[in-house]
Amino acid sequence: MEWTPVVRARGITKSFGNVVALSGVDLDIDGGQVVGIVGPNGAGKTTLLGLLLGLASADAGTIEILGTRIGRSLVVPVGVAGFVDGPGLYPALTARQNLAALAALRGQLSSREVEEVLAEVGLTDVADDRVRGFSLGMRQRLGLAAALLTRPRLLILDEPANGLDPAGKRHVHRVIRGLADDGVAVVLSSHRLDDLAELCSEVTLLAAGRVVFTGPLAKLAAESGELDYRVGTSDPSRAAGLAARIPGLRVIDAGEPVVVRGPVSSLDDLVVRLVGAGIAVRELSPVISPLEAAYLALTGVDASTGETA
Amino acid sequence: MTATLAPAAPLVRPAPFLPGYRFEFVKLLAQWRIRVVLAACLAVPGCFVALISGQSALPTDTVFGRWMHTTGWAGSLVVLAFACSWGLPLLTSLIAGDVFAVEDRLGTWRHLLVAVRSPRRIFLTKASVSLTVVVLMLGCLCTSSVVGGLAGAGGGPLVGLDGHLLSGGDAARTVLLAWLCVLAPTLAFAGVGLLGSVVLGRSPMGLLVPALLALAMNLVLLLPVPLAVRLALPSSAFVAWRGLFTQPVQTGPLLIGIAVSLLWAVLTTGLAYLLFLHRDFTDLAYDGAGRRALAIAAGGLTALTALTVLVVAVATPASGSGIDKHKLETSLATSFAHLYRMQTQQLHRPAVTEGELHTSAACDRGGPQVPDSGPGNDWRCVVSWRLPGSTAVGSAIYQLDVAAEGRYVADGDGPREVNGNFVVRTPSGDAPNPLWQFDGYLDLLHTI
Repeated sequence: MEWTPVVRARGITKSFGNVVALSGVDLDIDGGQVVGIVGPNGAGKTTLLGLLLGLASADAGTIEILGTRIGRSLVVPVGVAGFVDGPGLYPALTARQNLAALAALRGQLSSREVEEVLAEVGLTDVADDRVRGFSLGMRQRLGLAAALLTRPRLLILDEPANGLDPAGKRHVHRVIRGLADDGVAVVLSSHRLDDLAELCSEVTLLAAGRVVFTGPLAKLAAESGELDYRVGTSDPSRAAGLAARIPGLRVIDAGEPVVVRGPVSSLDDLVVRLVGAGIAVRELSPVISPLEAAYLALTGVDASTGETA
Repeated sequence: MTATLAPAAPLVRPAPFLPGYRFEFVKLLAQWRIRVVLAACLAVPGCFVALISGQSALPTDTVFGRWMHTTGWAGSLVVLAFACSWGLPLLTSLIAGDVFAVEDRLGTWRHLLVAVRSPRRIFLTKASVSLTVVVLMLGCLCTSSVVGGLAGAGGGPLVGLDGHLLSGGDAARTVLLAWLCVLAPTLAFAGVGLLGSVVLGRSPMGLLVPALLALAMNLVLLLPVPLAVRLALPSSAFVAWRGLFTQPVQTGPLLIGIAVSLLWAVLTTGLAYLLFLHRDFTDLAYDGAGRRALAIAAGGLTALTALTVLVVAVATPASGSGIDKHKLETSLATSFAHLYRMQTQQLHRPAVTEGELHTSAACDRGGPQVPDSGPGNDWRCVVSWRLPGSTAVGSAIYQLDVAAEGRYVADGDGPREVNGNFVVRTPSGDAPNPLWQFDGYLDLLHTI
């Protein structure tokens, strides 16, 4: 028995025709970690999750999952579960029938285990309803139940909180945290950085098929560089004048509120001067969060237009 | 980062066949459309046959339709003829033509692949379930029509397509054999459905491929195409079962039709399998296997058809339309003799055998300007016979409408007391005149 990461990927490359979906991607995930995969549309997130789930094979590079090298056949080790592009469910079947069929396919799973996962995701009351009538959030939860049915050691979830109401989202987050506490490695993809911030110990940021950042979220926030801050005051025109005279600070918008860009130290200086000049400070907040700013900076997306620079 | 004690895990083996098969079966039967189709297959033929058997107006334009009031076996064969025209290709469209496409529509391929872990196993289970439901559907049609027929008209003897009488037991065996024979072309169209479903993805065209192909083939079979082309199409077996109801049984076209159908079933299913294994399950935008796959599928089937035409043309005596004066004369004389004997029994005249009648026929098509061969409704025949102990020769005239598939309808044109009236006066009342109008079936491969 040896100490190995749950996922160890080196130099993963995958192309579809002339389109390079992933290029030289490295990834390490340990048990108990919740890792977020983020990136703009087309960055290669789904392809990466698909490779981990055994839906496709990489053109180059190596992937080891749970200590087993994944070859070119579409097979992954026991203990890997999850979904990409939403949970695949059969609308003509009930929630229980969907799970029972999966349990039968996996073999040696009892109806008790179906009941347990239904309860775990809070769908016991609607277990005999056809999935056709389920909301998006209920489908997400049933998809999670399907993934939990095999008691996975690596759980891969694509946008698991998509369509969930706040209560449902909290429920799903609680389930994921519980799994991580039990030593399960969880890989999530999401466009919601706030969701990831709540759940993930680490994130891997993809852009155009390459890893542009990997590490803890706090480190990602530090990558944000200079942020834009909204400064609400009792006298915007005088505040804009004072801001313009502070070294390192640029006035982006002199309207109301004033928007300035600069390091935190210059911002501290501005607050001191505003108070000294008898101007009340009513608001001071970043226009976008540090995480979002870092995301935009690293993926080369212009914050104002949303287009790739 | 902490490392985890993670012993190497074994690779997931594909899900076992039986649970996968059950899963596909449950999914298919969970669709209301399939349930309605199966219920209709079970209920409609039986009700139709039972109802029509008691009516005075019978579907005489359908083979065996004119005998529906005398025996229940005829009703089952009318249903079989209807099913072979449109029903079976349409039903296979609904089942096999949708079995792969439904996963594209629902977006469940990735889910299924993660659960089953083998595209090969997925294909195998889906194809097996399609086959099961198609066979089940055919079984429902057969059972329902037989039960309806027996309930409506009883299990009496059946008049064959050369006028000879099949006893109840023989009729039962031959009817069941006829249903069994059409399983082969049904499988061929089911294979086309699987191929269409794989190649065309969620496009509705995939669902329609078997039905459209059957329509195209039916149109070809209506035309006076060379016999080798006719026999090289899988839908020829949808017609060739009629040869079971003549003496001797017309085995040539039937066996060729079954062999061609099975070749089609194997080729289409094999192509569908290969194309399915090469699809990319991670591509969300996947919408069919593309033009190349379409070209491979169409090219493969065209090549098979061309090869079959060549083999049939070389290895069998198939030439021209397979319909000529001598075949018609022989067939008509045989049918007339059988039916004359039946009429004699109806009228309680002295018994006579077919051999004693020395029946012969002389046919001509459209006068001296038209060659005496090929399909058409302008055939005119004179049947002659002689009663035992009599020197006088009787004669009766028939107008024949001969279809390209070999079936003909002989319409009596007099004399009135033999074949000019649709009923005959029997001691127990009026009864349908078997010589007034009857169906015949030519062996297109037979050479005289």
